[in-house]
Amino acid sequence: MFNRIASLFALVAALLPVQAAAQGIDETINTIFADYTGWYVALIFADLPGTNFSWIALWLVVAALVFTIYFGAIQLHGFAHSISLVKGDYSDPDDAGEVSHFQALATALSGTVGLGNIAGVAVAVGIGGPGATFWMIMAGLFGMATKFTECTLGVKYRNEYPDGRVSGGPMYYMTKGFKERGLPGGKIFALLFCIFTILGALGGGNMFQANQAHAQLSGVLGDYPGWITGLILAAVTFLVIVGGIKSIAQVTEKVVPFMGIFYVVVSVIILLMNFDQIGWAFGRIFEGAFTGLGVLGGFTGALIQGFRRAAFSNEAGIGSAAIAHSAVRTKEPVTEGYVALLEPFIDTVVICTMTALVIVITGVLNVDPETGLYVWNAEAGRISTAGEVAGVELTSAAYAQAFSWFPALLAIAVVLFAFSTMISWSYYGLKAWTYMFGEGAAKETIFKVIFCLFIVIGASANLGPVIDFSDAMLFSMAVVNVIALYLLMPIVKRELSSYVGRLKSGEIKRFKG
Amino acid sequence: MSSETFVVAYEGHPADPAVLDYAIIRAKAEGAKLLLVHVLEWSAYSFLTPQEVEERHGRRKQELSRANEVVMAPALQKCEAEGVAADGVIRYGQVVELILEETKKASASVIYVGRSGSQSMAARVFGSVTLGLAQLAPVPTVIVP
Repeated sequence: MFNRIASLFALVAALLPVQAAAQGIDETINTIFADYTGWYVALIFADLPGTNFSWIALWLVVAALVFTIYFGAIQLHGFAHSISLVKGDYSDPDDAGEVSHFQALATALSGTVGLGNIAGVAVAVGIGGPGATFWMIMAGLFGMATKFTECTLGVKYRNEYPDGRVSGGPMYYMTKGFKERGLPGGKIFALLFCIFTILGALGGGNMFQANQAHAQLSGVLGDYPGWITGLILAAVTFLVIVGGIKSIAQVTEKVVPFMGIFYVVVSVIILLMNFDQIGWAFGRIFEGAFTGLGVLGGFTGALIQGFRRAAFSNEAGIGSAAIAHSAVRTKEPVTEGYVALLEPFIDTVVICTMTALVIVITGVLNVDPETGLYVWNAEAGRISTAGEVAGVELTSAAYAQAFSWFPALLAIAVVLFAFSTMISWSYYGLKAWTYMFGEGAAKETIFKVIFCLFIVIGASANLGPVIDFSDAMLFSMAVVNVIALYLLMPIVKRELSSYVGRLKSGEIKRFKG
Repeated sequence: MSSETFVVAYEGHPADPAVLDYAIIRAKAEGAKLLLVHVLEWSAYSFLTPQEVEERHGRRKQELSRANEVVMAPALQKCEAEGVAADGVIRYGQVVELILEETKKASASVIYVGRSGSQSMAARVFGSVTLGLAQLAPVPTVIVP
């Protein structure tokens, strides 16, 4: 271990003298990045013929609507039961010591709550205007049904090994579920999903995180080359995922939830400080949702941005949560579906909305005083903002309007959120990798090293190509996952009917409350 | 032989045999049987990494079998050798809460607990198991030094 640490420091030291050439490296990586991934990004985000509505946004919205209708608005009538499950009301005391519903939810949330909620929302509101918030909330509410479906399947078709370990996720329900229904192609679906997951883990779960962490740090510390942040983050991640230094991961896992709570508390304080404007802000959000209030594309511009960011933030339909939730100890797969449906609610409906409201209320988006519309910066492709900042820097600027110390704290939070998301995604990626290539220390180390290298690339590249590429990878996962969910949803319905029946008859016992 | 049951809050520290020894003496004298309760500290609300989540079930099995082999089985053997009827329970959760629960379940009449040597900050702030039991137990609680 000490040899590894020493060699890492040696590597960093060796690279320091070439700082002068660093900007060159950044640019080179950017060019290669844009050249090689541009066509794929264009394909994934292609508009439907004759419209400016991308087919992938429609894909997720339709899926969320279908699942909402098919399961009779489970997110509404199942919400109270979800809370009971998380509180442990239905947990058998003899199962104490196993992963609880709360823990499965918290672990899955630590992979999703993070930069999507801080930087992603700023991107959405920056391009789509306040109206994007409305569509983000809608996508979050409907996405709850999608999450319910995928996580129920994740638990139902997981693999349990003799040593007690559990592996689950879409690749398992694709193979086993398809087989059970007599459907062909399960293995091909699983394989495709795994390829996209690995790329998604390297994209949204890694490069986007590193990129925004660097943006935030350089905003506070002054401009410096991205590869330095990348190397440091990569070194720490390397120590955790390759070196097995669990204490770092454990500390992060414990600090991140408190950071999340603190973020919400600060947001609420800012909103209370501007209490008189909350009604106005919601008015802007509703008006913007249907008119765009001056953003490019108007109504659809706001809608697409809202849906894109919601999906990127809460990952409903992507399939990653099914991996995280599958290890919980429960005899009833549906219970994990119920618990998982809280994720988009907490992540998108609560936390993302907080960020959006603060951005709107603090007035960092420039408004034309005569028309009341937002000023469009055509060159940057977004609304003109105070100081012309975007992404995480926009959120930072908005919160700084209320608390000048906030950017420093946000920098720490962003780095921690980024790090915790990276740890989660390194795990999702690894699960996909081992599904494809088999388990084994050497094979796993190869993936982990590649993962760390991509952190450096992510921190060095410009915002545009990184976000586009990471979005494209995540949405590719959603393409195969949602098809599988459509094909397997009758199984979830059967499970749900049986569960609800037994719950009503009292066969499923309530232990508390 | 009385039908009384004495609960022993058994931490299983090798350096802390006093509580078991004393409980055996009292059980012998009163013809009572012993219920040894060993609790593995656990909160359903702690945070785990994805890797820990995956390994939790296996770890739990290992922890239970270790607790049984290293803590419970030798203690039960000792009771048997002394001619005292004894049962053992291993539970996960909050120590004081579970010892009280087992006491009620077994309708036990006395709880024996060792005087914990813990002088940690956490014990000072939140109270030790010994103090917790002394404050909350519905039956007489004997603190064994």
